[in-house]
Amino acid sequence: MSDVTLNAAATVPEAAPRSAPLTEVGLVGWARANLFSGWISTAVTLVLAYFIIRWAIGFVDWAFVNAVWSVPNNQTQACRDARGVGACWAVITEKHRFILFGTYPYEEHWRPALCVLLFVALYVVSAMRRFWRPSLALVWVGVLTLIGLLMWGGVLGMPYVPQERWGGLVITLILATFGLAFAFPLAIVVALGRRSNLPAIKAICVIYVELIRGVPLISLLFMASVMFPLFLPEGMNVDKLLRAQIAIILFAGAYLAEVVRGGLQALPKGQYEAADALGLSYWHKTGFIILPQALRLVIPPLVNTFIGFFKDTSLVLIIGIFDLLTAGKTAIIEPAWQGFGVEVYLTVGAIYFVFCFAMSKYSQSLEAELNRHRVR
Amino acid sequence: MSQTTIDPRSLRAPPRRPIRLSWSDERVRAIVWQILVVGLIGAVIWWLWSNTVHNLEVRRIATGFGFLTREAGLPIAENLIPYSPTDTYFRALLIGLLNTLKVAVVGIILATIFGTLIGIARLSKNWLLSKIAGVYIEVIRDLPLLLQLLFWYAILQALPGPRQAMNPVAGVFLSNRGLKLPWIEWQDAHSYALLAFVLGLAYTLLYRRDAIRKRILDGKPRPVWPIAIGCILVLPLVVWYAAGAPFVVDWPALRGFNFRGGLNMSPEYFALLLGLTMYTAGFIAEIVRSGIQAVPHGQWEAAQALGLRPASVLKLVVMPQALRVIIPPMTSQYLNITKNSSLAVAIGYQDIVSIANTTLNQTGQAIEGIAIIMLVYLSISLSISLFMNWYNARIALVER
Repeated sequence: MSDVTLNAAATVPEAAPRSAPLTEVGLVGWARANLFSGWISTAVTLVLAYFIIRWAIGFVDWAFVNAVWSVPNNQTQACRDARGVGACWAVITEKHRFILFGTYPYEEHWRPALCVLLFVALYVVSAMRRFWRPSLALVWVGVLTLIGLLMWGGVLGMPYVPQERWGGLVITLILATFGLAFAFPLAIVVALGRRSNLPAIKAICVIYVELIRGVPLISLLFMASVMFPLFLPEGMNVDKLLRAQIAIILFAGAYLAEVVRGGLQALPKGQYEAADALGLSYWHKTGFIILPQALRLVIPPLVNTFIGFFKDTSLVLIIGIFDLLTAGKTAIIEPAWQGFGVEVYLTVGAIYFVFCFAMSKYSQSLEAELNRHRVR
Repeated sequence: MSQTTIDPRSLRAPPRRPIRLSWSDERVRAIVWQILVVGLIGAVIWWLWSNTVHNLEVRRIATGFGFLTREAGLPIAENLIPYSPTDTYFRALLIGLLNTLKVAVVGIILATIFGTLIGIARLSKNWLLSKIAGVYIEVIRDLPLLLQLLFWYAILQALPGPRQAMNPVAGVFLSNRGLKLPWIEWQDAHSYALLAFVLGLAYTLLYRRDAIRKRILDGKPRPVWPIAIGCILVLPLVVWYAAGAPFVVDWPALRGFNFRGGLNMSPEYFALLLGLTMYTAGFIAEIVRSGIQAVPHGQWEAAQALGLRPASVLKLVVMPQALRVIIPPMTSQYLNITKNSSLAVAIGYQDIVSIANTTLNQTGQAIEGIAIIMLVYLSISLSISLFMNWYNARIALVER
């Protein structure tokens, strides 16, 4: 073979290099390689394209062209007429304040809105690697306290708002953020306990983790709402949100503990032995050598667990806590707005999606960044 | 025993020191720490327990499972075994358990099939197919399952009534009363045929195992397919024919205001099954994709270089290795489907959680109700884990 090429090259020395045929480069070449590379591939592409275009046209017709954007004071007849052909976004126009803020006093809506912004700012700051230092914990404590002050009020001329009236997006963010802030330290302690060589402590941690992971979150939430009052001495009462929050912390703690344990196990044994050889105590060894490396290893799965856990806060709907999803579901209970669930759930879903998608993209970029040293 | 056969490891073991009663002795510290932690947790549990006992006394709630034999009086729409509201709570809870299993088992099967297809589509060379699979996976995994369930339920409820039911294929009706499918009328002959099928399948698997074992010994291939066709296909057909070959299709038909006959899926069950399947399929797709990608490319090439046919490459070389990566996370997805089926309570499908919740509201037996829920899920989780661990051990890499 090589002889032939050599000879051919020798006989035509001046043959200028030709550019690749048009069908192999550019958009056409790309389409040929990726969409029409064989008759099966071509058929798949055409069928899929047909369905996508049909579906997209149908969706645009429903969501924009035939949609009803607003109706005069709760007269939903226009929406009922457009049923099946057009979306009724009027339900969102009418109820968006309720979906976002629940039954919080209308004039005070700027307070939960500010809290949502504070939460988002807190997430953004925590996501930046240059702020990863111990003082970040102080920022968390400060911001969370500020959010508590804003929500309750009673100071600086802000009227007091009891917790029963909080609702909507801010409850979802409170459950997720406070849950995370408390579950994470718990998870580290439990993960260390499960790796410990003290049999009693190990047994307690194993039982806790396996028990929680074996039952659905709903059963823990039921426990928090029905059984918890029985556990406390007479007269002592803990409000419902806090009980649900405790259930979520216990639940998330068990799952996060397993992720952290994965990091502890993945760390080479030499690190443990080297720390021992230096004569460090258990707490010094853990705090300065083991945890910093182990946690770094599991950051991507940790973020994935956070996403799952953010979505799971929606389960408080079942015990009647007013989070974003419950607010959405309640908004369409009113007879005038019954039957417009699809529009409300699409909107609520978009809000959840923005948060989860951002976290998911962040986790992917972080994974790529942390693995950069492995790529040669 | 001569002196020379001392185990050398015993010489290297550190000498046993007597325990000194001092904080600097590691073993003393270990014991003190453990006593402290166990004592603290024990004290908390004892405190909670004594509060509970006191509260139960004050509220005059009798503990115990005696309520299980009382008349339930709660109507259940979907039941696999006969049930009426005059039956006991025990039977009601049993129906709930069966309903949970009904949605979990079907969900696991459908999510596995659907998820595997999407995972393979994600790896397709066709850009459009791969992108659609990617978008599906990303969107479905970033939305709460409960929201998806409510969404599907809202869509099903917005469908037209039975009189204007959608009829995509003859015999299939989709309306706000759920999904109706044609079904064969079950008779004894079908049960016999099913039994013959199971026995035939078992015999074929045993025969295949034996054939492989003998082939390893003498190298002669022993085809399994004639036995398979005979036992799995012909035998049940013969049994069915011998029993009179009954075959009556039960078509759903509109009578009055609703459908009669056929297989009926209530909107609650259908929404739950749809939501669980689509949600979990997104996760399974990612697991399948990463499992297949985890098999190094050299394995494909080496298998092809050995002259194996494409089907054999997949069956003998790639799949066994991919499965090793796929099975452990798949187990947790199966557990998740089972646990997530408890969200049924939000859309009114009467699973174990829903019925136990009604029971505890009616009887006030909160502790027992929640204990039943937890016990049921713990045992289901444990059974799935045990089965999948057994399967995982079977296909695991045998290392020396």
